[in-house]
Amino acid sequence: MSTKAPSAPAQVQTSSPQWLQALLLLAPAGIWLALLLVIPTLLIFQLSLVPDIKPGDIVNPSGLDNYLRIFQPDVLKVIGRSLLFAIGTTLLCLLMGFPVAYWIALLSPKRWRNLLLLAFVLPLWTSSLLRSYAWISILRPTGVLNTLLTSLHLPTLDLLNRSPAVLIGMTYSLLPYMVLILYASLEKLDRRFLEAAADLGATPPQAFWKVTVPQTLPGIAAGSLLVFITGLGDFINPELLGGTSSMTAARLIYNQFLGATQNWGFGSALSMVLILAVSLAIALLIKYGDKNASSL
Amino acid sequence: MSQTATQNQQATDTHVGFDVELRKVFKVFNGDTVVRGVDLSIRRGEFFSILGPSGCGKTTTLRLIAGFETPSAGDVLIRGQSMLNVPPYRRPANTVFQNYALFSHLTVWENVAFGLRIKKCRKSETQERVKEALKLVKMDGFANRFPAQLSGGQQQRVALARALINRPTVVLLDEPLGALDLKLRKEMQVELSNLHQELGVTFVLVTHDQEEALSLSDRIAVMVEGKVEQIGTPSQIYDRPQTPFVADFIGDTNLFRGKIEGAHPTMLWIITDRGLKMKVQPTDASGLPLTSGAVVVSVRPEKVNVSFSPPDDAINCFEGRLKHVMYLGTHVHYVVQLRSGDQLTVRQPNALNVPDSDTPIYLHWGADDCLALPE
Repeated sequence: MSTKAPSAPAQVQTSSPQWLQALLLLAPAGIWLALLLVIPTLLIFQLSLVPDIKPGDIVNPSGLDNYLRIFQPDVLKVIGRSLLFAIGTTLLCLLMGFPVAYWIALLSPKRWRNLLLLAFVLPLWTSSLLRSYAWISILRPTGVLNTLLTSLHLPTLDLLNRSPAVLIGMTYSLLPYMVLILYASLEKLDRRFLEAAADLGATPPQAFWKVTVPQTLPGIAAGSLLVFITGLGDFINPELLGGTSSMTAARLIYNQFLGATQNWGFGSALSMVLILAVSLAIALLIKYGDKNASSL
Repeated sequence: MSQTATQNQQATDTHVGFDVELRKVFKVFNGDTVVRGVDLSIRRGEFFSILGPSGCGKTTTLRLIAGFETPSAGDVLIRGQSMLNVPPYRRPANTVFQNYALFSHLTVWENVAFGLRIKKCRKSETQERVKEALKLVKMDGFANRFPAQLSGGQQQRVALARALINRPTVVLLDEPLGALDLKLRKEMQVELSNLHQELGVTFVLVTHDQEEALSLSDRIAVMVEGKVEQIGTPSQIYDRPQTPFVADFIGDTNLFRGKIEGAHPTMLWIITDRGLKMKVQPTDASGLPLTSGAVVVSVRPEKVNVSFSPPDDAINCFEGRLKHVMYLGTHVHYVVQLRSGDQLTVRQPNALNVPDSDTPIYLHWGADDCLALPE
């Protein structure tokens, strides 16, 4: 979306009506982005350089204090946990989403495809808060899952307020996005490539690894990065399902602004790091995606 | 005729190996019978073409050989082995696909090496064979390009190299030149022919381009509506078509519907539906000598003689008026309307003065310059 902007100047040089056209077309989104993204980000950056001084402190704090605090072990641990949740969710979504997308795109009867996709998108139409609460009632010690396990004379599982619940909730929330993106990629897959691979002696598994996966790599990368980025910033699932032991970067930031430990400077610094990490991921996505597109 | 006899004998008597055999093959897609009882025996090292209009089942027939489709009935054999339970990746056949289907994520080198890498060929051998194959198709300078960076003709060459590298028993070519412009197509035809001679591998070509089939093939099977109409050498197909469809589909021809009025071992007397009386020398091209019944007389445009005064003792002579002239460079097509209402196309060298439309024009041809085909 924001990548469209740099391509505009190339057109500007050709003629002035085109220049005007580009300006008019890009202005609404540009103003929107400037007001709600660029300026707030700059404000956060400014805030992140304001040292946290509590009454009675006798120190000479520098502007970088907020950033240095990130390197304290407890904060690093929180960031690490956030990354693990995001990576774990990405892997789970990929593992579960790929077979589903593959089946819908390549094997299911054509007339069912839209219906099947709709079934997958349906959960997105409910509030994410609602979905997390639903998981609470499923996973809590006396919830649906454990009632079922007990009735089957199996040991109960204590998942709620621990990492597994967060992973389950996040995977559930983000799986539809992964399936949709992978579907779009697999649906474009030229089936003649699979025939050509078989023709040249590749067994179906070999054709899958040598043709299907590389051909859909842009989709796999796009889906994974989208899930990763969204997962990294997810607040609701860790907050509602993770309990006190599963502090994540998003929750930590929330606490700095609205929680018990009011520290806007540190919260802003953490936010900046998160924004940077996400931007890096997006840059990777663009670069990687483009490289693949040009070879198509 | 004698050529037909010896060829048939060669096929049945001497033990020439067949690389591909189709036995009473049927293919039904959702109740639609696309291939109806096709019998083919393709000899070792032969350049065999399957020729027919679009939708005649020729590509499906090729896909049945490659293994992308399984026959609804009948058997497909390669080197005498039934392929019914053999998946495409175990068949000794490699395909040059229509529009090539080169892997877009791989370079030219990787595309060609694909088959060898699947087989876990040694690195040094792979290197050597890919180099050799690229050289064979004159693409040795393009190893590191991606397919999208190649022209249609270059992609075609890479597709050929990719299909040849596994050293298949049979190479299947599905309209391989269809996407190329005329000049490039002619060039690639020559190269295909050279490659075939050089390698001695069996080629099975599917095409709707009769000129391509005639110029390249050792033998041609003409297909229509899922059936093989005729199998023969290019000259058999062109000079001795066995059915009106083949006569009409291969080259240009003038067809007259009629019936046999009288028969003699050396001559048939035919009256067309529009009342033209013709003498036609019978042929045994269709197996049984014709003696009676409905027939279609086929006269090739180049077999028709033209004169501007009534010729002496010419048989099959009809008077008409010139309707159109089609200028075709090396020659001219005249469209002549006969008094009967029939329109004939006549091919003449580009030398005559063009007659005007009022001048009577006399068309005539010998009894052995036309064919009577069973309706």
